[in-house]
Amino acid sequence: MPQIPHLKNGLSIPLPWLTAVVALAGLAALPVLVVAASLLAPSHGTWTHLAQTVLGDYVGNSLALMGGVGLGVTIGGVGAAWLVTMCRFPGSRHLEWALLLPLAMPAYVVAYAYTGFLDYAGPLQSGLRALFGWQSARDYWFPDIRSLGGAIAVMVLVLYPYVYMLARAAFLEQSVCVLEASRTLGRGPWRSFFGVALPLARASIIAGLALALMETLNDFGTVQYFAVDTFTTGIYRTWLGMGQPAVAAQLGAVLMLFVAVLIALERLSRGGAKSHHTTTRYRRLPRIGLTGWHMVLALLFCTFPVVLGFVVPAAMLAVWTVEVGLGQSFGGDFLHLAGNSLLLALAAGLAAVAVAVVLSYAQRLHPKPLVRLAVRVASLGYAVPGSVIAVGIMVPLVALDRGLAQGIERWTGISPGLLLTGTVFALVYAYMVRFLAVSAGSVEASLAKVTPSLEAAARTLGCGAVAALRRVHLPMIKGSLLSATLLVFVDVMKELPATLIMRPFNFDTLATRTFTYASDERLASAGAPALAIVLVGLIPVLLLSRAIAKSRPGED
Amino acid sequence: MKPAIGLEMQGITHHFGTLRVVDDVSLSIAPGELVCLLGPSGCGKTTTLRIAAGLESPGSGTVTLNGTLVSGNGIHLPPERRHVGFLFQDYALFPHLRVLGNVEFGVESLAPAQRKARAMEMLEQVGMADYAGAWPHQLSGGQQQRVALARALAPAPALMLLDEPFSGLDKRLRDQIRDETLQVLKRNKVATLMVTHDPEEAMFMADRVAVMRQGKVVQFDRPETLYNAPADPFVAAFFGEVNQWTVRAQGGTAHTALGDFAVPHDGEVEVLARPEALRLVDDGAIVGRVLAARPLGAVSLLHLRLADKWDVRARLACRTLPAEGEIVRLAVDPTQVFLYPRT
Repeated sequence: MPQIPHLKNGLSIPLPWLTAVVALAGLAALPVLVVAASLLAPSHGTWTHLAQTVLGDYVGNSLALMGGVGLGVTIGGVGAAWLVTMCRFPGSRHLEWALLLPLAMPAYVVAYAYTGFLDYAGPLQSGLRALFGWQSARDYWFPDIRSLGGAIAVMVLVLYPYVYMLARAAFLEQSVCVLEASRTLGRGPWRSFFGVALPLARASIIAGLALALMETLNDFGTVQYFAVDTFTTGIYRTWLGMGQPAVAAQLGAVLMLFVAVLIALERLSRGGAKSHHTTTRYRRLPRIGLTGWHMVLALLFCTFPVVLGFVVPAAMLAVWTVEVGLGQSFGGDFLHLAGNSLLLALAAGLAAVAVAVVLSYAQRLHPKPLVRLAVRVASLGYAVPGSVIAVGIMVPLVALDRGLAQGIERWTGISPGLLLTGTVFALVYAYMVRFLAVSAGSVEASLAKVTPSLEAAARTLGCGAVAALRRVHLPMIKGSLLSATLLVFVDVMKELPATLIMRPFNFDTLATRTFTYASDERLASAGAPALAIVLVGLIPVLLLSRAIAKSRPGED
Repeated sequence: MKPAIGLEMQGITHHFGTLRVVDDVSLSIAPGELVCLLGPSGCGKTTTLRIAAGLESPGSGTVTLNGTLVSGNGIHLPPERRHVGFLFQDYALFPHLRVLGNVEFGVESLAPAQRKARAMEMLEQVGMADYAGAWPHQLSGGQQQRVALARALAPAPALMLLDEPFSGLDKRLRDQIRDETLQVLKRNKVATLMVTHDPEEAMFMADRVAVMRQGKVVQFDRPETLYNAPADPFVAAFFGEVNQWTVRAQGGTAHTALGDFAVPHDGEVEVLARPEALRLVDDGAIVGRVLAARPLGAVSLLHLRLADKWDVRARLACRTLPAEGEIVRLAVDPTQVFLYPRT
């Protein structure tokens, strides 16, 4: 048997793993660092100009959006979660999963659908005119969806499921004993809800709220279409319109401050009162049977978000698709667009999962502070808006490309142009940074299935760290790897701001084409690509609702 | 480096944080020999085992396997290069592989036909050949243990390491599996290091036992020596119930209610006597009053009060159970009485 002694290095982490972890974490953190560093760079007066003109609007609109969306998703999400977990009314079991459906809808798609639906020529106003005999727009008042209020409404409709999902899980985890204790101590069901259930679920609700607000800050398609000026539209305009990368990065840095405050608030609310369940006994939840008016109200409260957040916009998209003609909708370059989307989403999904496997496995092999920190840093991207990541990648990439081009020209006399900027490679890199946390979370959780003794068994039976990963860990977690790939895949299909900024010249995906059609006021043509995005988005929602129906402590 | 065969551990010390879990442990195991690491939980025996496997790298000391240095002096050979077999407490069968796949796992380097033949041979040995196609979750605890044993032995390891391999089994099954495991290990003539907290199991399985306490090996000897000549009160008490007193020795003699014993040094002396040390004899030198008497089947348990209010529990054979309060005469077997200077 050949004996190769393994010499220990100072950190007691083998060099290959150390290099891999630090390199990957560095790559993932690079865009955030670049944007943060831009605050220190000089901007030649453009910044002062911005501050005097639009910055106030950006901050005001962003705060108004966050306030409105926050209020809406909390009331809608918590209310619906409480009703479906604690009450019994016709259809409540079906609503439990149906309430997740709006997750499949990107906000910008809902925005386009409602613009068409509520338009003067749209089905609602036409119907009202026919019903009341109105002749023209002067005969009645109708709210304009393309406004700040409209943007808030659209985002509440698609983002409430984050709060709903986490609040529902928290309510289900609460032992019914705690609630019954409250009842026997003299509190009615409603006072038990506000006095016991809600405080116990607070951490989960705030986590859901934070996710919804991060998505609000990330949104570009809706606010751009509704002409509500926020940071994301500002970044897009200064980058592509004004050609001011430094200023775009500075706007991105301010936007990141918003995110940082959000994360800090969420951590703060979690830190102090960590609620642990004092009992591990679960019993079937005794649902309160609702009758009469209560039943009707509960049914309306829970049906309303599903109909408005999913059924109406999906129907609108379907109507458009048929109106334009199926041949027209799915002919032309539709297949080409779908191919581009699939290619990008698949590449990003695989990349994100592969990186997540390397990081999680390294953390498992060598749970040292340095490795943990690196893994944490690598997962930061989930909180950072896509437009900020795009700017954070493009700025160093353009510089690198210039250097490369100059070098090559000096050596060969031929100018190669830009090699990395505006390539699919750069785009996949951006997606990987943005969605790494999604894949890392699920890979890390599934690796826990491989017990330490299974790992040790593989090692003593002759497997090195990499061979053990290949022969034991990966086969054991392949189901989770698949679902992690799928989650990233769907997120990439829907992603708009980073794709718009970074896509190669003349390269379109379903999402960017939906955006262009809508921007060109050809809403009906946007129907088919938008519908395709929604259909793909339904896959994880259906998987999620199936998992929800299966995993329910104390119930069959 | 002395060319040792089997396993040789020299001066192994290991810390978890500031806690010294293994403290200057030295052991050697010859091929075909079975050594037990015995001790209460938390005494460092499992850590010692993991150091032998290469799953932990010792803070200091050396591990030599078949004459090759594998740990120490800046060298740490990872577990996959050590050619050791490890039998885990929870068996650790790979859930994604069938029984055959599990046993074949460690002999990947063989050609497919040979690999299967070797795996089947091992399954045959443990009586599990009929289950080659089964999934681990379909097996009972005893069957999983046998498969795990076959899997660990399939690569013909130089050293087998067993970590409480029978603790997951119920009492009746445990005795049977223990017996079978011992036979398989002896047939394969492999050096074996086994961790257990059960003295009876250690006595049954081991050629030699290393008793550990707080990270140190207190005594490393053959089982009968441990029972008949324990190195200190801890070892004596670990292998069975003892009666224990403290006396002061003077002039090289310790006067006790069990008689006079010669001691090398004067001062406080701990006196330990096994319950089997006493027997009822009509003209015995020791007089005792029966406090309680309980029949246990073949023997009886007497609770006696001797001179100087020495209370003692005796396990002895008697035809008729003495009544409570009766005065009896006893003799002592001095080989079952141990005296240690008090530390």
